[in-house]
Amino acid sequence: MKLVIAIIKPFKLDEVREALSGIGVTGITATEVKGFGRQKGHTELYRGAEYVVDFLPKIKLEIAVNDNLVDQTIETILSSASTSKIGDGKIFVLDIQEAIRVRTGEKGPEAL
Amino acid sequence: MEALEGKVIELAYALDTFYFLVMGAFVMWMAAGFTMLESGLVRAKNTAEILTKNISLYSISVIMYMIVGYNLMYPGGGTGVIPELSFFLGADNTAEAVIASGGDVYYSSISDHFFQVVFVATACSIISGAVAERMKLWPFLLFCVVMTSVIYPVQGYWKWGGGFLDEAGFSDFAGSGVVHLCGAVAALAGVLVLGARKGKYTDGKVNAMPGANLPLATLGTFILWLGWFGFNGGSELIISNVAEANAVSMVFVNTNLAAAGGVMGALLLSKLMFGKSDLTMALNGAIGGLVSITAEPLAPTPGLALIIGAIGGLIVVMSIVMLDKMRIDDPVGAISAHGTCGIWGLLAVTLTGGSLGAQIYGASMIILWTFITSVIVWYIIKMFFGLRVTEEEEQDGVDISECGLEAYPEFSKATGIKPSVYPEQ
Repeated sequence: MKLVIAIIKPFKLDEVREALSGIGVTGITATEVKGFGRQKGHTELYRGAEYVVDFLPKIKLEIAVNDNLVDQTIETILSSASTSKIGDGKIFVLDIQEAIRVRTGEKGPEAL
Repeated sequence: MEALEGKVIELAYALDTFYFLVMGAFVMWMAAGFTMLESGLVRAKNTAEILTKNISLYSISVIMYMIVGYNLMYPGGGTGVIPELSFFLGADNTAEAVIASGGDVYYSSISDHFFQVVFVATACSIISGAVAERMKLWPFLLFCVVMTSVIYPVQGYWKWGGGFLDEAGFSDFAGSGVVHLCGAVAALAGVLVLGARKGKYTDGKVNAMPGANLPLATLGTFILWLGWFGFNGGSELIISNVAEANAVSMVFVNTNLAAAGGVMGALLLSKLMFGKSDLTMALNGAIGGLVSITAEPLAPTPGLALIIGAIGGLIVVMSIVMLDKMRIDDPVGAISAHGTCGIWGLLAVTLTGGSLGAQIYGASMIILWTFITSVIVWYIIKMFFGLRVTEEEEQDGVDISECGLEAYPEFSKATGIKPSVYPEQ
């Protein structure tokens, strides 16, 4: 089992969710977050004077999937979340030590 | 027949007085416009103080102008430069005197006082925005006392009281110079003595300090726009015959068009210069357009009024950027909208008549008088009471240090919190 963490542009959330549902992902946790990457935020103008927006709004998705679905999940996020412009986000993949379903107590891949 | 004629004169007198008072009430409402515009363009931590300033400066204007200001501006006599000094308002016209004048006395002199008093309040409102977010409350109000009782009335006397500028052929219908330029120059003097807000200019960089509430700023601009119909429309002083009723209508239409031109001029220029359509510039553009047409809102055709206003809108944007380059910190753009556009308004009079020399002469005299007296008064106040809050008070917001309350206590604790969108201070 892997935990796929994806930071994406907020307006891409619906598209990504639909695409992931389509390949059999059974659950997604989404959080509204703020952050910066290589561009370190961006500058805006107010009355001709610059100011820096340090943290930009993003959506963080946490998706737990079986090992056999990891590559497909990543590819699906890449294709549905990409705009080919700066600020499209990042994907991180982590190992999951254990997964437990709260209602039934099932463990492992069955719990996802 | 003679009795009927008398009744007609009385009726016209009543109509013109009524019109004068309603227009005056419109201008009074501009105080609300300035208050909302300024409270929208300052940061949340300084909102309650700017509201306090605005309602107090209005009240001080009303009181001081009644005690001495009005008499100084419209004295029975004077040398043309120095007006005769007297106190408190005189008696109003009697019916006999009005009828005997055959209609030459056409409005209540007390209504004239009311109309004039709301103009001096406008001049004072201009100052409060420019010195916002860092000046102490009471020293500011002390300046307002001098402004409304001496500085404004004396230069007002030079033009509208029949002084030497009037003699020289200087033309200023409703106060691009007498009201707006005067207020802006006093504000400029204040800003120079006071200094910029902490963190506004660092290492040669101009840092933005975005206003807290743009809906309020927009509402304030619309209120000013409405009030301006009284400001310019009322300045025709009479409406009770066909020619004058037409003139007032023309003034309304031209005032409206100049404001619209100002908005579009400023909005387009901000889009061209910054790549984004800056709402606050469009708001300043409306004011800039209105100020530009105020010196002569009657003579231009509507098309020309639109152009005069649009140029005002362009000027205001360039002036704001230029003042920032010169490190003259005006949080709401008052010096640009009222001062730079005030000068343009005075010069624009020559598009439809008047003499360029007289306009330049008038503008220079207003600037010289207002700047010199204002700098002296600001310095005296600074010496005795200090003008500026401490650095810590400025950081925490003058709402707490000056008023002991916050504008939005349940919304968030403004004190000490520095939202990440603000530059390092």
